[in-house]
Amino acid sequence: MKKTDDEKRRGGQNPRGKRNGGHAPEGKPGKGGLVADMRRNGASYLLTLPAAVYTFVFGYLTYPYLLIAFQRFNYRRNILNGEWIGMKNFEFFINSSYAFTITWNTLKLNMFFIGATTVAALVLALALNEVRVKWFVKASQAMMVFPTYLSWVVVSYMLYGIFSMDYGILNRTLAAFGVPAVNWYIKADVWPAILTVMRVWKGAGLNAVIFLAAMAAIDVSLYEAAEIDGASRAQRAWRITMPLIAPTVAILTLMAIGRIMYGDFGMIYALIGDNGVLFPTTDVIDTYVYRALRKIGDPAEATAIGLFQSAIGFVLVYGANKLTKRFFPEGAIY
Amino acid sequence: MKRRPNGFDFLLYFFIAAVAVLCVAPMVLSTVVSFTDEDAIIHDGYGFFPRKWSLYAYRLIFHAGSSVLRSYGVSFVVTILGTVVAVAITAMAAYALANKRVRYRGPLALYFYVTMVFTAGIAPWYLVCIRLGLKNNLAALIVPSLLFNPFNLFLVKNFMEGIPDSLRESASIDGASDIRTAFSIYFPLSVPVLATVTLFYGLAYWNDWWNAIMLVDDRKLYPLQFLLLQLKSQIQMIRDLQLGSAGASMTPPSESMKMATAVVTVGPIVLLYPWLQRYFISGLVVGSVKG
Repeated sequence: MKKTDDEKRRGGQNPRGKRNGGHAPEGKPGKGGLVADMRRNGASYLLTLPAAVYTFVFGYLTYPYLLIAFQRFNYRRNILNGEWIGMKNFEFFINSSYAFTITWNTLKLNMFFIGATTVAALVLALALNEVRVKWFVKASQAMMVFPTYLSWVVVSYMLYGIFSMDYGILNRTLAAFGVPAVNWYIKADVWPAILTVMRVWKGAGLNAVIFLAAMAAIDVSLYEAAEIDGASRAQRAWRITMPLIAPTVAILTLMAIGRIMYGDFGMIYALIGDNGVLFPTTDVIDTYVYRALRKIGDPAEATAIGLFQSAIGFVLVYGANKLTKRFFPEGAIY
Repeated sequence: MKRRPNGFDFLLYFFIAAVAVLCVAPMVLSTVVSFTDEDAIIHDGYGFFPRKWSLYAYRLIFHAGSSVLRSYGVSFVVTILGTVVAVAITAMAAYALANKRVRYRGPLALYFYVTMVFTAGIAPWYLVCIRLGLKNNLAALIVPSLLFNPFNLFLVKNFMEGIPDSLRESASIDGASDIRTAFSIYFPLSVPVLATVTLFYGLAYWNDWWNAIMLVDDRKLYPLQFLLLQLKSQIQMIRDLQLGSAGASMTPPSESMKMATAVVTVGPIVLLYPWLQRYFISGLVVGSVKG
């Protein structure tokens, strides 16, 4: 949003067409309504058509279906003459004892993920920023971002290689110390920690690279001046680097908080799957909605939960943005 | 700023190297296990230094008619078709949004932006897909969700806005149409960002199993990622994989075979690694630091 305002201002201060007198300058929007503009720039509008149609179908056309959250769903009826049942779908969900569990799990896991990934990425970026040997930075970065490219399904196999009861490297290592084999896949309490570690493993490297790019943009003269004034390396990192990359960190964190009510289905389902023993600590709203839709086959219930999720999510983003605005004005989204 | 490395530097390098090694170690372990003889796994568990190597797992998953081979084909077709169309859609729309002569490009951008912020959720999306007949066919793997992404649109648009308008002007004075200008001037000049977006789309398609789990029940259409997910949960399928040709009486080398399937799934990513490093990361950095 900010960008377009800037452009407008620039355009206003510096009208390019002035020099070539009367005739309408190239590169400046013409006058008239949408139809006139479409006639003038028909080709441009034609070029957006596929994207516009796609967005209409998979974006805007999905909105009317939100109405079924207030209906008893029937595949044979259409949205408008469905059977209206008011808030029943919401009541059913909110009154089930499970609603609290999955909402709490979603929030809890996402908070763990955001916190741990941000801290780990910052530490890594600060460490990499101290290294002056170029090839070493490049090589270690290349290795650290590798997990980013993997799908969670592949990661679940690697996890299995570590935690598998019979052959996993962890149990084999424990056995070397005389500890009996543990079946990790039935221990619900340890999974939030395992999931957090996997999340950090998969995402911290990439975030560190992003932070490092922000650090590279910091004016070197600041560090030189600080060094002349006798600041230690730690002081320079803490007093110069940290405050200057705070906005970048704030933006990334805020974007993550914006999705805090959305569980990572791809991750949770790939790593936990249908292992019900682990549900008490790991089942999130999105995996529940998936089951409501695909296993139980109740789109109305699934839509209602989705709506509930968006509503709470919206409140949380709004609050997070307010807080950010207060502490890091540059980091706020709107 | 030359100074002699001290103990702190040593610790720093050690820490970074250790983290870097940890990031790739699980992949190395999976690869080693996939080449390990099944008896060695059963005896020693997973390890980086197996006592006996074997190619048996790979021979099994790559024998003619295996479901892994078939899913590989599905994934390749879906990824290539999807990526080509997705990049084309994105580049064309980005050209128009970056064209300063288009008066309504602001509202047009907003039109795309709205769907990024407000999503109706899984169920409405699912019902739209079903309504369109995107169920149990190849199109169901290609069309929903992945064919166009507004984030990529804005990435390309921002890049194209950096191309001087004078190029468009002189092209139009020379009588080139907007479409001609887009295809013969703007797209060739945007190759770096288009490479980034190609990798974004390509990786998303290759790693996708969401469309499969929601919209495809037919095993013949399982993409590789989804087959892998099924393999993990359904021991039964491991037996199916053999299809009798490897000798029905033998127990399948399930552990090494699972890992071999995971490894071949990562294969293309490793092959594309230099390009991923160059274009993928730069795109993400630009998107999040400046966007």
